[in-house]
Amino acid sequence: MKLQQGTICAILAVLHMASRPNQQIPASEIAEIYGVSQHHLAKVLRTLSLAGIVESTRGPGGGCSFIGDARKITLYDIIRLFESGWFSAYPGEPHGQTDVAEELYRVVGEVDRHTAATLQSVTLQTIINNALRTARRRGHKAMVAE
Amino acid sequence: MIAEGADVVLAAEGLREAGVTIDTVTLEDIARIVEIDAQVTGSSKADFWYGCYARQNTDPKCTFLVAHRDGEFAGCTIGAIQAWEFGSPPCGWVEVMFVAPQHRNAHVATGLFEAVVDYFRNNGIYTVRTMLHIDDHSLISFFRMQGMAAGPYIELEMQAD
Repeated sequence: MKLQQGTICAILAVLHMASRPNQQIPASEIAEIYGVSQHHLAKVLRTLSLAGIVESTRGPGGGCSFIGDARKITLYDIIRLFESGWFSAYPGEPHGQTDVAEELYRVVGEVDRHTAATLQSVTLQTIINNALRTARRRGHKAMVAE
Repeated sequence: MIAEGADVVLAAEGLREAGVTIDTVTLEDIARIVEIDAQVTGSSKADFWYGCYARQNTDPKCTFLVAHRDGEFAGCTIGAIQAWEFGSPPCGWVEVMFVAPQHRNAHVATGLFEAVVDYFRNNGIYTVRTMLHIDDHSLISFFRMQGMAAGPYIELEMQAD
């Protein structure tokens, strides 16, 4: 599975904000940490803002913050904002195809179904919790921001 | 990097606040489980649940735990230790995770999950598995939230007609 750079940027930005609830994060901070241009990030944040996932505040002390529910928003919810038609690359109803083509589409559909089930069941909070668990297991306290 | 204070589920605290206790199943619980399960799923499975109760009393590698909230049945879980099934070294299977509708979102399932994992751990088992319907995203999401992820086995099936 290969996601576009903008999609990866969006997921990382949302996770960064969601793991810091009620905080205004300067966009420049996110851009620097994840090595993306501020221009690119601004476009991504605009899409996330229109979807009601993040909110931006201008002026001194301003920045962007996560306003969604991290326990409800899944990776799929973010990905579908940036990867339109991702699950429609192959025909779902292969009418008029050969038996071999029908079987091929069934297998591809099987892969899509597993991918969708995975992305639709992984919430932002799950990723944040698992990252914390992993950091603690490895004793990587330095990885946990103060 | 993850910020300090990010939300990690603190089940024990949540359970205390929600008035939830977890114990081994009793015959009284089974009648209530059969009743609620039939209401939720639309099919009565009395033989299955009483069978699980009998197994819990005879099989030392199986546990059947129930959660009560303010004295009322709130949910149950069944854990079983299986060795060499499908060639797998010993592991703990979470066979059932059920929460009564009126007690959902009260940390009941999290408490039951932690209790059944404790049972496995106390029996020297450190790998935990379960199996779910691929379209049951909310239940898959629950187990993922507890730290579970796809494992090395895959389920295959066919119609044998």
